Amino acid sequence: MGKFATLANPSFFMGLSDKVLPWLAGVTGALFILGLYLSFTAPADYQQGETVRIMFIHVPSAWLAMACYMVIAISSAGSLIWRHPLADVSAKAAAPIGAAFTLLALITGSLWGKPMWGAYWVWDARLTSVLVLFFLYLGLIALWQSIEEPSRAGRAAAILALVGVVNIPIIKFSVDWWNTLHQPASVMRLDGPAIHPTLLLPLLIMAAAFTCLFFWLHLKAMRAEILRRRVETMIITRVGQATTLKAAE
Amino acid sequence: MDLGPHAAFIWSAYGISAAVIAALIFRAVMEERKQRRVLVRLEQQGIRRRSDAGRSGDRTA
Repeated sequence: MGKFATLANPSFFMGLSDKVLPWLAGVTGALFILGLYLSFTAPADYQQGETVRIMFIHVPSAWLAMACYMVIAISSAGSLIWRHPLADVSAKAAAPIGAAFTLLALITGSLWGKPMWGAYWVWDARLTSVLVLFFLYLGLIALWQSIEEPSRAGRAAAILALVGVVNIPIIKFSVDWWNTLHQPASVMRLDGPAIHPTLLLPLLIMAAAFTCLFFWLHLKAMRAEILRRRVETMIITRVGQATTLKAAE
Repeated sequence: MDLGPHAAFIWSAYGISAAVIAALIFRAVMEERKQRRVLVRLEQQGIRRRSDAGRSGDRTA
């Protein structure tokens, strides 16, 4: 429990993230360079042709959109149940990042759908549930912005996040439960990936790049939020001191 | 590089992704810098955090 308590200390977190971030930036950059090289040198798909290259950004965006929401949901549980001091910092910091990845998944999906399906958008289960995910992210951001008192905002956002987590398995299994235009799972399947290794490798490298990017962005956002809360505390202290001085006069 | 008849869709997807990722990175860097500048300004006005007064640990975010 001692180590857990140490990790809960914002100053310890700031020190640790200071050391980790430069390495994480380097690994992220290297993975993106390798991933983009592989993405543009991979062979074209026999059915989709060159448009298969959109898969190397669309799929990682979609995976990160869901993974980021799980980070928020776990952080929200940590905030509500264990009152971990950094839990709502983590949840608040992740929301805009997750919204951006979800938007990327929707946009790149549309750009892939038009040449493949002949439509930018269809109201099938997969696309609709990812759109719902995007609205959930916007709702979380709106709650954080609109409720002034941070602990009340954190509680409200945590409850919304935990209720909304039911959408994640709906997104994942939508292609199995309903007739969808969106193709079924090709990578995360019980009998292994159905993608040829020449396309699977760039996909996995880009997924790793996106994941490292998410961790870098999340740590940076958590640091900014911790500093913002310190600023708020200091401003409150200053106002308190000014009020005390005025009363003494 | 010839990306076939749908090249515009492919380049648009990569271009928009690059722009969104660049915006995320820019936002992350600028937000931390902004908060640090405000903290320095407050410290120059003589305002200190309670933990700077010698209390051990900082349990509040």
